[in-house]
Amino acid sequence: MFKKSILSLALALAAVAAQAKTVTLLNVSYDPTRELYGEYNKAFAQYWKAKTGDDVVVKQSHGGSGKQARSVIDGLPADVVTLALAADIDAISDRAHLIPAGWQKKYAHNSTPYTSTIVFLVRKGNPRHIKDWDDLVKPGVGVVTPNPKTSGGARWNYLAAWAYALKQPGGTPESAKAFVAKLYKNVSVLDSGARGATTTFTERGIGDVLIAWENEAYLALKELGPDKVQIVTPSLSILAEPPVAVVEKVAAKNGTSAVAQAYLQYLYSDVGQEIAARNFYRPRLESVAKAHQGQFAAVKLVTIDEAFGGWKKVQAEHFADGGTFDQIYSAGR
Amino acid sequence: MTDLTQGIPAQERRAKAAPAAPGFHLCLGYTLFYLGLIVLLPMAALFTKAASLGAPQWWALVTDPRVLASFRVTFGCAAVAALADLGIGLLAAWVLVRYEFPGRRLMDALIDLPIAMPTAVAGITLVTLFVPGGWIGRWLVPLGIHVAFTPLGITLALIFIGLPLMVRSVQPVLQELDPDVEEAAACLGANRWTTFREVLLPQLAPALTTGFTLSFARVIGEYGSVVFIAGNMPYKTEVVPLLIITKLEQYDYAGATALGALSLGVSFGLLLLINVLKRRYAGGEA
Repeated sequence: MFKKSILSLALALAAVAAQAKTVTLLNVSYDPTRELYGEYNKAFAQYWKAKTGDDVVVKQSHGGSGKQARSVIDGLPADVVTLALAADIDAISDRAHLIPAGWQKKYAHNSTPYTSTIVFLVRKGNPRHIKDWDDLVKPGVGVVTPNPKTSGGARWNYLAAWAYALKQPGGTPESAKAFVAKLYKNVSVLDSGARGATTTFTERGIGDVLIAWENEAYLALKELGPDKVQIVTPSLSILAEPPVAVVEKVAAKNGTSAVAQAYLQYLYSDVGQEIAARNFYRPRLESVAKAHQGQFAAVKLVTIDEAFGGWKKVQAEHFADGGTFDQIYSAGR
Repeated sequence: MTDLTQGIPAQERRAKAAPAAPGFHLCLGYTLFYLGLIVLLPMAALFTKAASLGAPQWWALVTDPRVLASFRVTFGCAAVAALADLGIGLLAAWVLVRYEFPGRRLMDALIDLPIAMPTAVAGITLVTLFVPGGWIGRWLVPLGIHVAFTPLGITLALIFIGLPLMVRSVQPVLQELDPDVEEAAACLGANRWTTFREVLLPQLAPALTTGFTLSFARVIGEYGSVVFIAGNMPYKTEVVPLLIITKLEQYDYAGATALGALSLGVSFGLLLLINVLKRRYAGGEA
């Protein structure tokens, strides 16, 4: 009699325990997305609980995009990666074979649920009268931008400057290189990530202008207030596409493939897009974009494919050892 | 021949017969195993990976102006910092040993602070102090003294990190100094400076050199505190550990390990040199 009740109690408990699982995901992301994923993870947990009854805990890791990619290659068990540029996810795919080669086609819009661009953040009142890229190369202007070797945002910054110089009347690769060299002459600190550069500009008071992700600039504006900083949108900028991918080998090993895929897919939903827009990322969904139209400035945007021929070419030409970025520094010293 | 154990009590005889440690061979074996696992194995891995870089690439690495500049910055700032610590550390140890004052024990504990705190915290604190808006920076920058994001800032961070090692090397030796010799010198008519130069300094020289070596070796590899205050500009304020990390970010593992091996080689050479000089001039043991 007693044994029967113990047995039935044990079975009941086991049944209850089997009902609500807790799934843990690790999302390895780039530097400025802390706030975005803080909000998004809560929303996704709610959605997943309602859909399947399981609890989802999403752990976050943030850092310079290149650095994060290297960590994943070296063994950081990321279930999903949400990095600053396709080249970093390509690196994970090529070097560690954790992501299959066709990863970018898995989700809509080249696996990029939201986009951003590069703008300037200046001190209140714009004392240096910075209107466009040309003002950044004037002597004596302090420019803050992170190190392209470790930061994804830094690479977008560099390419946006290059694209601007290229699109000028009479622009050639040589004139672009000279322009970017002059720009980096005005840089006094190279932080390892985009958030580090923002901290240097806003909290340490270094420099007159910060070249930043658009979402990062708006976030800084929200945090510090319009009485400290203001945003200046250049005439031309680059369409920055930070893609996302499931790290299939790791997710398969952890048994989280289904949740990981749903996690990324939910970024494209109304809720996901709304959260992105609220955090100052440009959403892909038409309806959400229209609703937030007044939030983003209209900028002439070029893509990396049309201006540069894609990330693989850019990495080899500009950011590899001995590439244009290295040449700029060795020539300039 | 009298039995020499006659007068020794039974307890002592037992202790001599069965020592607490398990014996020479076991101890040596364990030490070698531990040394091999913790020190030699990683170093062997480093050199093996570095060797996978061919000879022409090695030469290109060694002669690369950016690498040379980073070595200049790292070793230059480390040397200056260790030398500065020599003076500051000796002074601090002197005050702690020779004088009694309220708060002496607190000061003694505070000396260990740079070693106890995470180096990143040290770096962030220093940079916050010395930026143009910081507590100290706002006085220095109008005078034209830029500390943050310059080699001066790096040196300052390294002085901060190396100080405890210098003080702790000198302190015990200072404590053990026999006051009789100083008193004799005074009796013989030597003034304070002569006493210091002829009596105290030779006795302190081995400890000072050890402290210098420790500080120097410690700050050569310093990354956490330097990377915040350095500015990381190639050719100007880039240190070797940062260059190694930059190479790693580019998946150039062979290049990164090669730089590490090179750095190790140069450090070892310098330490060997200091040891030789110490034996010759400071009259100390190794």
